[in-house]
Amino acid sequence: MATRLYIAKDSGALAVGADEVASALAEAAGKRGLALEIVRTGSRGLYWLEPTVEVATPAGRIAYGPVTVGDVAGLLDAGLAEGGRHPLRIGRPEDHPFLKRQTRLTFARCGIVDPASVADYRAHGGYKGLEKALGMPPAAIVEEVVQSGLRGRGGAGFPTGIKWRTVQQTAGDQKYVVCNADEGDSGTFADRMVMEGDPFVLIEGMTIAGIAVGATKGFVYIRSEYPHAIAALEAALAAARREGFLGRRIQGSAYDFDIAVRVGAGAYVCGEETALLDSLEGKRGMVRAKPPLPAHKGLFGKPTVINNVISFASVPIILDQGAAAYRDLGMGRSRGTMPIQLAGNVKYGGLFEAAFGMTLGELVDDIGGGTASGRPVRAVQVGGPLGAYFPRALFDTPFDYEAFAAKDGLIGHGGVVVFDDTVDMARQARFAMEFCAIESCGKCTPCRIGSTRGTEVIDRIVAGEDRAGNIALLEDLCATMKFGSLCALGGFTPYPVMSALKHFPEDFIAGPRLAAAE
Amino acid sequence: MHGSAAVWSKERAQAIIDAHRATEGAALPILHDLQAAFGHVPEEAVPMIAHALNLTRAEVHGIVSFYHDFRRAPAGRHVLKVCRAEACQSVGGEAIAETSLKRLGMAWGDTTPSGSLTIEAVYCLGLCACSPSAMLDGKPVGRLDQARLDALIDRVA
Repeated sequence: MATRLYIAKDSGALAVGADEVASALAEAAGKRGLALEIVRTGSRGLYWLEPTVEVATPAGRIAYGPVTVGDVAGLLDAGLAEGGRHPLRIGRPEDHPFLKRQTRLTFARCGIVDPASVADYRAHGGYKGLEKALGMPPAAIVEEVVQSGLRGRGGAGFPTGIKWRTVQQTAGDQKYVVCNADEGDSGTFADRMVMEGDPFVLIEGMTIAGIAVGATKGFVYIRSEYPHAIAALEAALAAARREGFLGRRIQGSAYDFDIAVRVGAGAYVCGEETALLDSLEGKRGMVRAKPPLPAHKGLFGKPTVINNVISFASVPIILDQGAAAYRDLGMGRSRGTMPIQLAGNVKYGGLFEAAFGMTLGELVDDIGGGTASGRPVRAVQVGGPLGAYFPRALFDTPFDYEAFAAKDGLIGHGGVVVFDDTVDMARQARFAMEFCAIESCGKCTPCRIGSTRGTEVIDRIVAGEDRAGNIALLEDLCATMKFGSLCALGGFTPYPVMSALKHFPEDFIAGPRLAAAE
Repeated sequence: MHGSAAVWSKERAQAIIDAHRATEGAALPILHDLQAAFGHVPEEAVPMIAHALNLTRAEVHGIVSFYHDFRRAPAGRHVLKVCRAEACQSVGGEAIAETSLKRLGMAWGDTTPSGSLTIEAVYCLGLCACSPSAMLDGKPVGRLDQARLDALIDRVA
């Protein structure tokens, strides 16, 4: 019998040589007359161990990593096929502390299953949520999602069930389900991992949404920077159609639902839901004023559910296990689990799904192991380019929407970017303004003009020009952007800027900055 | 490879546009397909798109120019997108990219004089746990350092 190996084709694994390792293994095994079957999966999200090779043994899967092409011969010599001893042997992935400490609901299958196989998805508990939903009245499905306490995982944190209820109760000859897969925040990759590693969970979640609100058509708007996610999702959609999980009369029911993929074109602002809808309609991705809400007048003016990838992907398990099981996890008004992404200058970078409530310090120091550079952690940006920079003094903040807001921060889409003590925080603040200027859709003045003026004011502060006056001006400008912008791009850019200024004022002082002690 | 871009053909452009007659919100799918065929969005195609979608040429121009992805002229035979966002900044990505650009005498967005390589900025490739990262002709590359980035460039430049 052929030895079965599992190697990720997640783009994070490909970026560090997973394809090369897979080919080298196939070739070397061929020469030795060893029969191999290599299954390409998503990534489990322990990126410092990628490329990881897992082998199926009677005792379960045994992992090795990070494997390079140069390790292949040695691994085969060591009896890789039987899970033999080798310096790169990790053991059972489930026993690895990084995975053991997680509560994997949304990511339960990611890195384990073949992302193109409906059969594999079902063998690992997939489509149980849809099965339940097909036996429920639509209003009861919506109620289950409301009761779960699930909030939008894209960043805004709006209750998902309330959105669904609004769409369900709005009359419309055509309704739409739109998935926001325009994951543009630096430090985030959870959406990408789901689409590449377990795309059926997204398809299932969107299908349940369609049934619940009475929509027959869905779109997934994926950023063009994610070609592998686009390909993986397209393959999964085709497979779901073949197996009767999309299209007319889903699984013999009275419901029709199908999904099309649309590709973005490099505009960060299209991650904002109304700009995304304009882009889907074939226009410039301009932010719309609200109201009307997308739930009332969304895509092509029709009632539209628009949610993030992770929000949809969290729905199947809620329907399968019940709202209570999900709601029992978490803290305060943040219920369930959050896929946290540890990124940047961090020793153990990757995907860590856990119930809300762990502190930032636990995540960065214990789970993430501190910096990859080995230098002290100085700042952490949580929630992408629009998120605040937190110093170590705020490491006791629990991962929770409200707790972060209380400290003038946000959890956003759950990205945590770690910086060591060589970071120049004035430069980071300037970058936030610059990025806003590059990506502004231009519709509202505070964002369009404010961002450019913001970079100029920061330059003057750093140059030592009327420091007090210019800091006051920057604070005033940030207040105008925060309260006067149409969407979160202009509205939240002040978070990284003001947090950098507040927590790291020493970096804004003129003259050569004191270099971190070498 | 990005070197397969075809020369302008009105018939081919019209076929691409016609293929999207039934597509809702067809502008972006049409522009992506035109760029895949011709390596950029040829100016000649703008009035054709406008006619097909019942838009003004100004509106189509507005769409093309809004999105960073759409090119007005062909890129080099290879395209290297280097991430300049925060996660890559945190591990020195900006410094190694600037060093490589300086060595080549290029700025962001430039193409080598021989037309072999265009180097562009990108803001996040979702490879933030293997930063610094880049994408060469659609292939992701992570854990870059100066030597790896220079080797990547020298292979195609």
